[in-house]
Amino acid sequence: MRAKVHEPIDFGHALRDALVTGVLTLLVLGPVTNLVLDGYAITAELLRGPLIVNGIGLALVVALGRFVVAVGVQTPAGRDLLTRFGQKGAHGVTVETAADNDWHRVLRPLVIGGALSLLLLVLSRFGLMDVQRAAALVLIVLFVVLGQGLGSLRRRGQSSPWRILVPLLFVAGLVLPLLFNAWGLFPKTWIGNLILALIYVLLGLGLNIVVGLAGLLDLGFVAFYAVGAYFLALGAQYFGIGFWTALLCAPILAACCGAVLGFPVLRMHGDYLAIVTLGFGEIIRLILNNWLEVTGGPNGAPAPGPSLFGLEFGRVARGEGNTPFHEFFGLEYSADYKFLFIYLVLFVVVAAMIRFITRLRAMPMGRAWEALREDEIACRSLGINHVVVKLTAFMMGAMTGGIAGVFFATYQGFVNPTSFNFFESVLILAIVVLGGMGSTLGVIIAALVLTLLPEVLRDFADYRVLLFGALMVLMMIWRPRGLIRPKRPAFAPKGA
Amino acid sequence: MTAPLLEVRGVDTYYGPVQALRQVSLHVDRGEIVTLIGANGAGKTTLLMTVFGSPRATVGEVYYRGEDITRVPTHQIATRGIAQVPEGRHIFPAMTVEENIVMGTIPIGQAHLDADRQAMFELFPRLKERRNQRAGTLSGGEQQMLAIARALMGRPELILLDEPSLGLAPLIVKRIFEVLKEVAQSGKTIFLVEQNANHALRLADRGYVMVNGEIRLEGSGAELLSNPEVREAYLGGH
Repeated sequence: MRAKVHEPIDFGHALRDALVTGVLTLLVLGPVTNLVLDGYAITAELLRGPLIVNGIGLALVVALGRFVVAVGVQTPAGRDLLTRFGQKGAHGVTVETAADNDWHRVLRPLVIGGALSLLLLVLSRFGLMDVQRAAALVLIVLFVVLGQGLGSLRRRGQSSPWRILVPLLFVAGLVLPLLFNAWGLFPKTWIGNLILALIYVLLGLGLNIVVGLAGLLDLGFVAFYAVGAYFLALGAQYFGIGFWTALLCAPILAACCGAVLGFPVLRMHGDYLAIVTLGFGEIIRLILNNWLEVTGGPNGAPAPGPSLFGLEFGRVARGEGNTPFHEFFGLEYSADYKFLFIYLVLFVVVAAMIRFITRLRAMPMGRAWEALREDEIACRSLGINHVVVKLTAFMMGAMTGGIAGVFFATYQGFVNPTSFNFFESVLILAIVVLGGMGSTLGVIIAALVLTLLPEVLRDFADYRVLLFGALMVLMMIWRPRGLIRPKRPAFAPKGA
Repeated sequence: MTAPLLEVRGVDTYYGPVQALRQVSLHVDRGEIVTLIGANGAGKTTLLMTVFGSPRATVGEVYYRGEDITRVPTHQIATRGIAQVPEGRHIFPAMTVEENIVMGTIPIGQAHLDADRQAMFELFPRLKERRNQRAGTLSGGEQQMLAIARALMGRPELILLDEPSLGLAPLIVKRIFEVLKEVAQSGKTIFLVEQNANHALRLADRGYVMVNGEIRLEGSGAELLSNPEVREAYLGGH
């Protein structure tokens, strides 16, 4: 416990800090901004350009900032902030208790979510924010709250407010996009962004099983994503399968690929495992890139769009005797319908997946994953078959990745190997790490943030990577274990 | 019942080219407490691991209840009524105490969970106090108790303990050995690997002394305690 004594603020220390930082900044930036190469002579221009891009000016700004921070952390409020962040980062997995399903606890995300939505709507109403952007963000907030609801496990027989709220939120998540679209608030670009965001949520959830729950570092996760996507594209090309068939079969194929990867790496841990999985991801990409006759190589392959009971979403029906969706319902043709439909199906699939993974974690399978992450020797001495457990983790993760791949292919209408490079794997891993390994809600939020932030901040596109890096650094300082602390459903089944 | 509960016959075990066990033979009868003492690197832990098939014996056999388990997969051995308390405890640090205990029921399922958990909390009141605490935050002694409790949850007939006194304060060691005695009185068979020869031999009915991967001496606990060679090597010669 922190003593409630107000220690005097050490200004001298803060000043020293500021001075050192300022001098360092000057040494680093000064030569860049203030030395001018004129012919073969270098001249120093002390007051070159506007002050803010002048090395001396920057050093002053940085020193001032450091001074403010140094004094700030010594004030009671600052210290409070520091200890709060510090403590939260230090804890590992916590266990869900019955209290987590109280009205009080449940209301918090609801109130925060509601307030956020309202704020966005008000902002857009007064023209302070782009209306379409606000509408999309409202849908995101809704999804996060729904994710929280789906991810909080109820014990058998225990009543929880989520039982009523989740179906409501779910229906709202299905109806609102249609309404928004009808009102012109939800154009194709934003539907597309949200589809991509949800695809990354799915990928994050899949990798979270492998990395977060089972503790197997997988750097080649994108391979399964590619398998799903190419299954739809090539399946349509060679066997004439459609979106729905692919949605059912691709997870199975991806899971088989997961098992194929799983077998050789059963004995590996940590770094070695990471290298092998990295290699696996590259192998898949290189095959897709170089097997020209089958995959089309770098030229890629077209992928079919989805269909609704045989109704296609194109302007003209491709299949013999098919009617396009808009003609059947007597609507004006719009490309939005296809994307709206993909979004809705994806929404349902992601929601089902969140629920599925939450249930899985409370089952012996999920328990075994977490036990294996904790201590492999103990697991084996307790009679857990670590081969089966590792393989199922790989397969479940791969399956989820495969589903995401199918949606990606049908959304893009085209796949090629550049979509499945190593950077994708890194991004997915970043989602899992930022979200908090093993935390479902954290992964959802991280996926949405990392995929949508670049879209929302289009105006600052030049600084995107800078922001991304700053975010990473801040996260590692404040929340080294991720945004949301992983919360595990308690195992103990009943009473005592 | 003439056949011993656990019998190791002429076992050789290798780590790659290195031979860790040489023609080790020993047996543990039902209801006995048998201890195996030896210096660091003598092969005590290897022997326990060999019983669990990880690493496997290259030569020789391991019999449990008269059945050859030498080639049985590691994870199936635990389901046959042998529990292992591994060296260094190996509890699940991020799980709560209670969850660790529940994990112990994996070999037999959760049919007896409530009763057994209650029994464990009676045997180790300390664990009951800390049931919702993460196991990684327990002290060494508490972790050891938890590891023993977890092993007992599988209702084993034979318990293999690997250095339960490792790194613990003398008072805690004493308490652990008291508990082992209680466990033995409840009808369990215990095979105890120890460096703390004094405590182990006092508790045990019989003992083996292992040197460089071979069984050098064998006898009742009291015999070994008074054996000058053992006293010289393990009891500090006094």
